[in-house]
Amino acid sequence: MTATWRLVRLALRRDRIVLVVWVVAIAGLAWGTVQSYVSLTQTEADRIAAAALVASNPLSRVFDGPASGPSVGAMSMNDGYKILGILTALMAAQAVVRHSRRDEETGRAELVGSAVVGRRAPLAAAVVVALTACVAVGVGVALAVGATGVGWTGAWAGGMAVAGAGWVFAGIAAVASQVFGTSRGANGAAAGALGAAFVLRAIGDLTGHVAPGGLSVVSAWPSWLSPLGWGQQVRPYFLDRWWIAGLFAGTTLLLVLVAAALRGRRDLGTGMVGAPHGPARAPAGLLSTTGMTWRLQRGVLLVWVAAMATMGAAFGSVGRTFADYVAGNDAMRAMLETIAPGAAPLDLYQAFLMAFLGVAGTGYTVQALLRMRAEEQEGRLEPVLATAVGRACWLTSHVLVVGAGTALVLGSSGLVGGLAYGALTDDWSGASGILGAAAVQVPAALALAGLVVAVFGLLPRWTSPVAWFALAAALVMGQLGEILELPQWLLDVSPFTHVPAVPAEPFAAAPLLWLGAAALALGALGFAAFRRRDLAIPG
Amino acid sequence: MDQAIETRGLTKSFGRTVALDGLDLVVERGQVHGFLGPNGAGKSTTIRLLLGLLRADGGKATVLGADPWRDAVTLHRRLAYVPGDVALWPTLSGGEAIDLLCALRGSVDRARRDELVDRFALDPTKRCSSYSKGNRQKVAIVAGLAADVELFLLDEPTSGLDPLMEAVFRDVVREITAAGGTVLLSSHILAEAEALCDAVSIIRAGRIVETGSLAALRHLTRTTLHVTTRVPLDRPEAWPGVFGAEVSDRTARLEVGADDLGGVIERIAAHGVVTLTSAPPTLEELFLRHYGDALARLDGEREPAVTR
Repeated sequence: MTATWRLVRLALRRDRIVLVVWVVAIAGLAWGTVQSYVSLTQTEADRIAAAALVASNPLSRVFDGPASGPSVGAMSMNDGYKILGILTALMAAQAVVRHSRRDEETGRAELVGSAVVGRRAPLAAAVVVALTACVAVGVGVALAVGATGVGWTGAWAGGMAVAGAGWVFAGIAAVASQVFGTSRGANGAAAGALGAAFVLRAIGDLTGHVAPGGLSVVSAWPSWLSPLGWGQQVRPYFLDRWWIAGLFAGTTLLLVLVAAALRGRRDLGTGMVGAPHGPARAPAGLLSTTGMTWRLQRGVLLVWVAAMATMGAAFGSVGRTFADYVAGNDAMRAMLETIAPGAAPLDLYQAFLMAFLGVAGTGYTVQALLRMRAEEQEGRLEPVLATAVGRACWLTSHVLVVGAGTALVLGSSGLVGGLAYGALTDDWSGASGILGAAAVQVPAALALAGLVVAVFGLLPRWTSPVAWFALAAALVMGQLGEILELPQWLLDVSPFTHVPAVPAEPFAAAPLLWLGAAALALGALGFAAFRRRDLAIPG
Repeated sequence: MDQAIETRGLTKSFGRTVALDGLDLVVERGQVHGFLGPNGAGKSTTIRLLLGLLRADGGKATVLGADPWRDAVTLHRRLAYVPGDVALWPTLSGGEAIDLLCALRGSVDRARRDELVDRFALDPTKRCSSYSKGNRQKVAIVAGLAADVELFLLDEPTSGLDPLMEAVFRDVVREITAAGGTVLLSSHILAEAEALCDAVSIIRAGRIVETGSLAALRHLTRTTLHVTTRVPLDRPEAWPGVFGAEVSDRTARLEVGADDLGGVIERIAAHGVVTLTSAPPTLEELFLRHYGDALARLDGEREPAVTR
């Protein structure tokens, strides 16, 4: 364990920006969640209606968690925990892998290990950094929630619940980093564990029963097998179960001890399971520019299609329930009617839902397009462009795959959402409304894609920050633009502002054609610039 | 047209760093042309300009009669490139990466590909993520050298290879030139260049400071003679053509300019030769002539640290 403290300082120096961004972003989300509950449930009747909906609705139980009474604090922490807990767990797991397995992969650990550094010091440092970051997130969440004026005790309990999930996943990532020989494998295992934790919690909350009074849920035992379930069972502003902190800490300690024991039994750079072998020859389908691009892009596309279809199914199937709820909640109704005054609650709900899912699905577009920048930056594009593949040809293959992928991602959320709604209600005209609402988002997503391609051509170093910032800005404008009272000219910068709110509004082709034209113009600019610039080559 | 590569006054800057400062490089067809210089002298930048991956600020480059920037794609069908530090797709197997790069170039000789995989003792079923540096390099070498093309641009291709594989690499390069191919071999391993090259160009700070066939360049430098004579040599450092001499009793070591070698041998013969060995000038000496001052400066910088 010699030199652990020195390695901790090194890791904090390397992560000084990324960890601060995580902490601020997660705390900001917590604040935003509470604020939206404060503004949407203004009367006691609103809060009781909302709590009753969340407690009784199976899909709310699956996606949000166990309802915990009608207080604003309890409802927002219950609703927000899925995002806050999962993000914190991802942050912690990635930090551990980055400073343990990733360093072994790049050879940095070898250099460090040859110095006066204990064998377990890099692992210990990685865990210390991740656990500290989780505590910082927990404090940040508590301060952000408390600052909204909903009370401090529950805020601290909520912060503990968020940090605790991060702790356990730091421990899981520490074990995974010993078992798997690559950081990709270790991160994948941690993400898989996170998915399993979510499913266990969802099953436990779904099969639980509604407590007398109808405003809270008692979860079934599977919830207690999941670290995310433990976080939900803290029940901030309802039960404030502090003893669960001990469960988090004990599990984390156990996992870290297992990881340390495994580390003592293996060589530097090796894992417990080897990387699987691949074919000695490439299949014919790989042997073209498009084949290569598809191979590189298919994984992220399949994950997004599955995720967006699931979201579409979840939100689509609650359409009727939600519409009934909106009909009886004046604040919510007023908020939704800013989209299209006087429209039917179900249409409003579908337009609102797809406006959100449209921007969320564009996350695929951004992530997949940034693969081009990663290929260039990490040096894999150089040998490709040294073959008979032209720059325009390479760029076209990626843009076409991502463009079609965007339509598929958004279309699948609308299609599956419509099918789920139609199957439950037999209202097939309402079902087609969801699909239409999804389809009109595609030109806006492509306009944002055009921006990413333009920046990739003109200012390659700025591709990633500009792309993510543009997406985040579009998300904030779409969700909070009205609440924050942003000026119209600023809202007009976001392509999603121009999408007609189908089916609450009638379909209009002109704005969609303009968005398509913007996408083509920006994309053409990016193509022209990329063909003229130097290739960025590492080293 | 008998020049595979010709550049005239090529310049390239990255921000305020001048990478190439008027580079004139000529590579004849059928040659193995050594491109020598230390790290940072501009070797990789030159090769990337010749590939059209970077765009020259000034000057003109012609590769196989074509403009490397404008005609990149058609040109690349006729050449192969082996980078010195190759990044591969972690999820592809080595065999898939080789086949992919070969297919994207267009010309692939499958029998040759399989033969090279065999000769370089590469396991093509391993994932690229689990290859060592040397094995990643083998993937790049096989993907490049299996090509049936006219010109091979090799940028420090053997970095990370062990001596056995280095020997295989030399054999394969000789086979390529025997079949009429042209090779530009960038390297700072002088023994490698000496073993393979017909001609060399030495680059320093973005300019070619010495170029020519290896034989002609050797002629410009000094031969070292070790002699034992019956009668001790008398002040040989005063003889014309002798640049340095160490005499100890009847043995002596002389550095002799190529033009005066005959006269010096005659003078030695007059002292009664017992043994005589002659060492030809090495590429290293040639190289150090151009980098001697840089080396002296490094020594000068190192001195205070030693005395402190």
